[in-house]
Amino acid sequence: MAVLEILLWPDERLRRPSLAVEAFDAEFQAFVADLEETRRAGPAAVGIAAPQVGRHQQVVIVDCSQTRRPVPNHGWLVLVNPQILSWEGHAMGREGCLSVPDYTGNVLRAERITLRAHDPDGQMHEYDMEGFEARAVQHELDHLDGRVFLDRVVSRHTDVFRRKQYT
Amino acid sequence: MKNWYMLTVVGADRAGIVARLTRELFDAGAYLGEASMLRLGGNFTIMLMVCGTWSADGLRERLSAVAGEWGLRVHVDAIEGGLHQHVLPDVRVHVHGADRVGIVAEVTEVLARLDVNILSLDSDVGGVHAAPFYVMQIEGVATAGVGAVEAALEPLRARGIDVRVETIETLVG
Repeated sequence: MAVLEILLWPDERLRRPSLAVEAFDAEFQAFVADLEETRRAGPAAVGIAAPQVGRHQQVVIVDCSQTRRPVPNHGWLVLVNPQILSWEGHAMGREGCLSVPDYTGNVLRAERITLRAHDPDGQMHEYDMEGFEARAVQHELDHLDGRVFLDRVVSRHTDVFRRKQYT
Repeated sequence: MKNWYMLTVVGADRAGIVARLTRELFDAGAYLGEASMLRLGGNFTIMLMVCGTWSADGLRERLSAVAGEWGLRVHVDAIEGGLHQHVLPDVRVHVHGADRVGIVAEVTEVLARLDVNILSLDSDVGGVHAAPFYVMQIEGVATAGVGAVEAALEPLRARGIDVRVETIETLVG
């Protein structure tokens, strides 16, 4: 296993969309192991996406089981070819990124999502996610589309916004 | 040698101040760091980190013409440190209530007793003249934990101040 080099913004490779994974072979498994080692080597990252290390394939890792205050989570997940099937609600939260050091900002994300993804062995799963874990997945999936959270920062300091009234 | 200064500028608000000011600074060879501009009570206010080779007096002198022309008051302090000194907050305190004297002191004294390092504080007064309300948001580092902050602020509710305390979990991904 190896710790891979994290691309840093504004490296244009972070803007490149990723392609679907087709071969769930030994080389791919080895890459996933390296990606996880890279995530763990960083500063308390709950997620990482393949394009952050220059591999433009649709694979991300998230693990929201170690937050300061426990949040609903599915533990350590490798999500391959992930697709969000539905979104619900919205919430503001502070985000940072391994590829955007020394900056955090508030980003609006869907509060709940339903996600479909392969695991590293090619099996398909569906997940209902909420809150912090849903945010982490949306942050990582943005990387697969060539986006970073800076593209979505609403406010650096405050989260005051008019709440939508549902009647 | 280059030095960092904290430049504070206050004046009557009008369109174009930031552009005029930063153009003048650029022409003076300044490098800008973090900045915060706010309109407070109809006044233009900005604080910005400015780096350059001039002395504090030299920077004041350099800005005197634009200050006179735009009716701005300029204050310059030499500062230590520089960029990349960010500290992540882990607690957010929202306060709102009928506007009355002492709210900021009451809330921040509680936080100070818990050694909360306030990283940002924004407040505003809304409502109508006859019934103004006060809104404040504080973000900081809760050395004693967010639960302790919540418990310590709870008694303020009995005095008509609505307080909400949240954990800030910064997502890094």
